[in-house]
Amino acid sequence: MSLIVQHLWLIPALPLLAAGLLAIQRKEERIHAAPIAIGAMAIAFLLSLIALAETLGQPGYREAFNFNWLSLGDTHLQLGWVLDPLTAAMLVMVTFVGGLIFIFSIGYMAHDENYLRFFCFLSLFAAAMLGLIIANNLLLLFMCWELVGLASYLLIGFWFHKPSAAAAAKKAFMTTRIGDIGFLLGMVWLYADTGTLLFYDGGNGCLEQSALTRLVTGTVGAGMLLSTAISLLIFCGAVGKSGQFPLHVWLPDAMEGPTPVSALIHAATMVAAGVFLMARIHPLLEIQPLGGEGVSTALQVITWIGAITALFAALIAVGQYDIKRILAYSTVSQLGFMFIGLGTGGVAVAMFHLLTHAFFKALLFLGSGSIIHGCHEEQDIRKMGGVAKFMPVTFACYTIGMLALAGFPLVFSGFWSKDEILHSAWAFGPSKWPFLMGVAGAFLTAFYMTRQMFYVFSGEYRGAHHTKHESPAEAQAHDPHESPPVMTRPLIILAGFAIVLGFFGTPLYPWLQSWLEGRAAHFGFHEFTHAIPMMLLSAVIVFGGVIAGWWYYGLISHQRADEPDPLERKNAEVFGWAKARFFIDELYELSVIKWAGDFARFAEWLDQRVLGGVVYFTGLITTGFAWAARMADEYLVNLGFDLGCRGLKQGGGKLGGWQSGQVQSYLRVFGVALVVVVLVLAWGGGR
Amino acid sequence: MTELQAYLLIAALLFCVGLAGALTRRNAILVLVGIELMLNAANLNFIAFWRFNPNAAAIDGVMFVIFSIAIAAAEAAVGLALIIAIYRHYKTSNVDEVKELKG
Repeated sequence: MSLIVQHLWLIPALPLLAAGLLAIQRKEERIHAAPIAIGAMAIAFLLSLIALAETLGQPGYREAFNFNWLSLGDTHLQLGWVLDPLTAAMLVMVTFVGGLIFIFSIGYMAHDENYLRFFCFLSLFAAAMLGLIIANNLLLLFMCWELVGLASYLLIGFWFHKPSAAAAAKKAFMTTRIGDIGFLLGMVWLYADTGTLLFYDGGNGCLEQSALTRLVTGTVGAGMLLSTAISLLIFCGAVGKSGQFPLHVWLPDAMEGPTPVSALIHAATMVAAGVFLMARIHPLLEIQPLGGEGVSTALQVITWIGAITALFAALIAVGQYDIKRILAYSTVSQLGFMFIGLGTGGVAVAMFHLLTHAFFKALLFLGSGSIIHGCHEEQDIRKMGGVAKFMPVTFACYTIGMLALAGFPLVFSGFWSKDEILHSAWAFGPSKWPFLMGVAGAFLTAFYMTRQMFYVFSGEYRGAHHTKHESPAEAQAHDPHESPPVMTRPLIILAGFAIVLGFFGTPLYPWLQSWLEGRAAHFGFHEFTHAIPMMLLSAVIVFGGVIAGWWYYGLISHQRADEPDPLERKNAEVFGWAKARFFIDELYELSVIKWAGDFARFAEWLDQRVLGGVVYFTGLITTGFAWAARMADEYLVNLGFDLGCRGLKQGGGKLGGWQSGQVQSYLRVFGVALVVVVLVLAWGGGR
Repeated sequence: MTELQAYLLIAALLFCVGLAGALTRRNAILVLVGIELMLNAANLNFIAFWRFNPNAAAIDGVMFVIFSIAIAAAEAAVGLALIIAIYRHYKTSNVDEVKELKG
């Protein structure tokens, strides 16, 4: 076993150490925050690169390091970590994108008084995420999974004095918890049936042949395979974490957090953890009983959920005005694409899109952060406009990110990864609908991104601060301004990767996919020619979306902030549905939350009236007893005692009167007594 | 009247003088003097009875009285010290005015 595998734990341990160090610093010592956090990330990045180099050596590289964590009698609970291409790719992506976002945060959070706490939480998040990636045990993965959820909660609610941020943090935490219950149940069930939670353990792990064979032969009622049931339960956790329909509601609200947090957690890394988890347990998902054909039930469910989410979230994104919310729904939609890819094409397809998406979505979020920063904390795209001429660097980078997300042909990474997904969705046996929904989603993606670009960057600045009677200097202060280099440089680097990354996975030379699936890469001219029709189709979709966006938003430029959206003028009702996010939040408000509220009120009634009554009655009886005891004490015991005392006192007073203090009167008594004694002796002494 | 009776009579007179002094004087020192007189009357009786007892042992009567006188000296010292302390405290040695020990 190589040195790096044995010391893989260092990668999450370093940011954890940084978080611990920052946690014990005083608020005033903010100067240490960024160097410690970024230094830890940088070292973790270097270690990740070494790990990556290790996996490049031979195709299908996989090494696991396990150790006993807990011994209960003869049962040993083992934890461990694993290094394979999947781990290595995620490690490098998270440490690299994370590091850039840390650097961006120096500029973005410069004026925040809780700067130190911010970096502490970011480091904690990075540690948990890296731990999740290297875990070779579902339990360890689950622990890190929950830690990631905690860090997300802390960071969404970072500005907790805003009620909306506090509510969003709570919502995110509770919504993902619903999915996690399924995850936990699936994990327990898996342990009950296989007796291990290790993924790879030299043939005995739960993702290896012997355990899978056992799982696939067992059934739970209604002809459902044991493996399907467990897979679907674990998938619940992924639905919650990756914001898939119907648990997507928390992700857009999570945009209440600072923008670097949105970029790091709610776009690039944490939400991808659900996809990563599914990729990790893919052998369990795809397993079919002997003689079984086609696609397993679990993968079909995943595909459908992904397809519904991809289309649904893209529709909602069209009707939003908040720059970050549009990107949030876009993230939900792209995660849906990843699940389509996972269900139809396997690990490599999903992971390719995950990696490219991480780069360009981090770029877009950081870009939006730069815009928000430049426009004086304005997030409404109606109040922007014409920002391109104020912020040229941001504009250039944002455009690259937008084209990558929309999947602009050939040059941008998003094109290659999305094309791959559509290609495998086309080949999906059971139904063509996921493919069609994916195509519609891709069209809408291009459309809403074009809409956002025109709103934000073209036309005149419509900011609220603009009035006519200003001196030029004041106007200068109120106009948007470009962000400092510490914020724009990470954008430039990410923009570079948003382009370059695609070339690792083109159909011509699918190096990334081969590496992830453990095959040797080779040039595939046949596959390439085979893929050309699909590439043409997706190019047409993208151009269609962009042109439609230009038609509606580019031709007629927006003049005032309160003008209705061009689509709203066309069809107010449909646009209203999208704007209101299809009333999903309201639906939950009226169903689940209302039921929960009613049940809480019932429980309160039960508590106050029934249980409270019993308690009150018991209290009453006790009070009665206490009253009786007091009466007995006061009137029987005390009265008798008092009488005795009074008698004693009176007697004492009388006796005390005799003691006059006059020495000579005592002496007189003494003398009289002596005379009496002498007389008695004199008379009686004779006898 | 025998010789013994004469001694006893003198001792009784001495006792009575002491008692009268202790009872009538208001000055604490003179009360103490009266008490000393009574004590000496008792000592005189001791010596008299020992001297005129036909089968008296060697010197036991004298020994008794010497002890008694020694104790009386100690008692007088303590008594005088008390009177001085009372005088310092009350600025008087009149026993009628010193009645704080009254219960």
